[in-house]
Amino acid sequence: MESTVLNIKDLSVYYGDNKALNNISLSIESRMVTAIMGPSGCGKTTLLRCINRMHEINGNVRTTGHIYLYDSDLNQMNPIIVRRKIGMVFQKPNPFPTMTIYDNVMAGYRLNGIRLKKSDRDMIVEDSLKKAALWNEVKDSLLRKGTFLSGGQQQRLCIARALAMKPEILLLDEPTSALDPKATSRIEELIVELKQYVTIMLVTHNIAQASRVSDYTVFLYLGDLVEYGQTERLFTVPEDKRTEEYLTGKFG
Amino acid sequence: MEDKGIRFRIIKDRMFFLFIVFFSLLCAAPLFLIFYYLVKNGLSSISLDFLLNLPKPVGEEGGGLANAIAGTLLLIVLASVISIPVGVTAGIYLSENKKSRTASYVRMFAEILQGVPSIVIGIFVYLWVVVPLGGFSAVSGAIALAVMMLPVIVRSTEETLNLLPYSLKEASMALGVPYYRTIIKVILPTGFSGILTGVLLSIARISGETAPLLFTAFGNPFWSLDITRPISCLPLEIYQYAMSPFPEWHKMAWGASFVLIVIVLLLNIFSKLGAKKWKVQY
Amino acid sequence: MIREKIFRLVLKFSGLIITVILMAVFATLLYKSLPSIRHSGLAFLYTGIWDPVADEYGALPFLIGTLVTSFLALFISLPFSLSISIFLGEYYKNGFFSNALKTIIELLAGIPSVIYGFWGLFVLVPIIQQFQLKLGIIPYGVGMFTSAIILSIMIIPYSASISKEVINMVPADLKEAAYSLGATRYEVIRKISLPYAKSGIFAGILLSLGRALGETMAVTMVIGNRNSIPKSLFDPANTMASIIANEFAEASTNLYHSTLIQIGLVLFVVTALISFAGKKIIKKMKRDIG
Repeated sequence: MESTVLNIKDLSVYYGDNKALNNISLSIESRMVTAIMGPSGCGKTTLLRCINRMHEINGNVRTTGHIYLYDSDLNQMNPIIVRRKIGMVFQKPNPFPTMTIYDNVMAGYRLNGIRLKKSDRDMIVEDSLKKAALWNEVKDSLLRKGTFLSGGQQQRLCIARALAMKPEILLLDEPTSALDPKATSRIEELIVELKQYVTIMLVTHNIAQASRVSDYTVFLYLGDLVEYGQTERLFTVPEDKRTEEYLTGKFG
Repeated sequence: MEDKGIRFRIIKDRMFFLFIVFFSLLCAAPLFLIFYYLVKNGLSSISLDFLLNLPKPVGEEGGGLANAIAGTLLLIVLASVISIPVGVTAGIYLSENKKSRTASYVRMFAEILQGVPSIVIGIFVYLWVVVPLGGFSAVSGAIALAVMMLPVIVRSTEETLNLLPYSLKEASMALGVPYYRTIIKVILPTGFSGILTGVLLSIARISGETAPLLFTAFGNPFWSLDITRPISCLPLEIYQYAMSPFPEWHKMAWGASFVLIVIVLLLNIFSKLGAKKWKVQY
Repeated sequence: MIREKIFRLVLKFSGLIITVILMAVFATLLYKSLPSIRHSGLAFLYTGIWDPVADEYGALPFLIGTLVTSFLALFISLPFSLSISIFLGEYYKNGFFSNALKTIIELLAGIPSVIYGFWGLFVLVPIIQQFQLKLGIIPYGVGMFTSAIILSIMIIPYSASISKEVINMVPADLKEAAYSLGATRYEVIRKISLPYAKSGIFAGILLSLGRALGETMAVTMVIGNRNSIPKSLFDPANTMASIIANEFAEASTNLYHSTLIQIGLVLFVVTALISFAGKKIIKKMKRDIG
């Protein structure tokens, strides 16, 4: 039974006078992987960052329109709360260098001063690392700092860290572009597995990745929502000419 | 003809290199000479008496500089307590507000403050602390030293924090951690090593300062840890003993100089070691 | 949200403290100099008699003492600091020799001023006295010349480190172009690197001058403490900083204090201007390169 977890209505984003997103409306299905793709500068990262309100951090940004998480308007909520409900993984893996692997996974709780019983903490750490397919590799080194891990492992640690907060949605901003092909395919497998636990939105500049991994695809171009639909359909019979040109490599 | 031209140029090149090396290495000479005399004349003055006793009147044996050593330590602690919180916070302010015009003024003011002669700082603290309090005191000396430590701490904190990758802040904020906690619990701990280095270097700088203490801490021949009274310290004693006409006191000055240089060297070494030990890979 | 606001306010406040301190130093010095300004006006700067007992406050001797020692120190230190900066910026950017020289410079910079003065008084002064005897002049030992020597050693690390940074910043492709045309190392340094780094090197020199002007203890200990206008390079004298160090604690009248403070004000303004100008030049240079 599919249901909509995120409803984006008429979203426009301005950086100063520059319009980065133009009247985007779309709905994100629960427990599905939705890929957002498009050439550089199309606004895909902007769109992603609007959802967990990270775009506000750098000032001078204005949005119109609404984003609803179930029935709540995200713009009316405290951004801190929004970010606890919606997790994000970045392009370059960024585990906290002063913390152990264990503490990194628990970072969302620790940094917010949320105290849990040791047994609860242990459970969250094991559960998140297992979901992120990292548990077996680090279970004996939980008290070491995460910097000895490879790039791919560090990224899975960041995924575990985000999952530990039990978010409704997991936002992935080009999570494999800094990784080698082997690590990339591991993460892609992981994404497909993770959707049973959490809704995933994935920004990628890699068309093939979008087709491999996602259930739904959004195609953005110059701030406009050009096309949106089930991945299989969009990749085989795109409705918009621009989509077709992008998929066949005419630009981007 | 060609040959002569090239050969001459090559000779010039070699001579230039020798000139550069010569003048550069010559700078080691005063360093060597200073250390040599410090060790030669100073080491012999160091004894348990010297380290533990109080100064005795001229002519009496066994005087020491325990009060000066204690005074130096007390002044360092007091000045640090005042300057570190303000300096680190200001460093955070500058690093977090790179685009702000106000912040760029503050940065410039800190740089100018660093260049102000230490004796002028001494006058300033004299007028604002010594006169109202009605006398010289350790606290006024500590304030003068704190003012001198500030720009160094501010600059090194700012530079350390500027080196941290932006992704660190992003990762924390994306977890729903508020800005202030992100700075205090993620950014500061990650930058700890660099900040510590800056603090230790600023302490090394002020531990040998004399001019701003001439009319603030003033000096004290007796043992005192009272911060409202004048206090002795190694640099002041060195100055006083060196300028005196008594050879015994000159000997004490060598000893005090030796102890002071050891303290400064240790601080420099600790700051280098500390930087390595607490260095965080990011 | 309240905690956020408080935090940002605390950050701003710390910046305010720095500002207030600097402004307060200037304002206090100015205010307390007023009695002296009212009494002597500008004549203070070119009158040569310093006799506080007779209420005569001519600071010219100290002005001369400061300028002579500082500029002479600058002059002496120049070949050394330039050599070091070229050594570290061109020839030995890293490795053993680089670290060794860097350590030497750091140590020189770390020696407290009072130890420089003390060593100068007991080691350098006797040597200068021998030298003066050979020249047939009064062997004071102390004096402007000796002060300039000590001062030059003290300021070498300052201009050396700034100049080295600047020379390091010269773009490699410019140098490579010159090398590929057959230039020797010396020629590249002299005709490419140094001209390019010119303004930064000047800034380094300017900042070390600022340091020299404000240096107190080492100079006070070897300058000889004489309040009259020095006639020769080897004469004892006093600088603006040393006269304050010597007489401030015992200044008996308000006017006396005020005049010394006025001397401090002059020092403050001059060093502030030098700091400001020097840093501005370096900033401009970094912008032009980067």
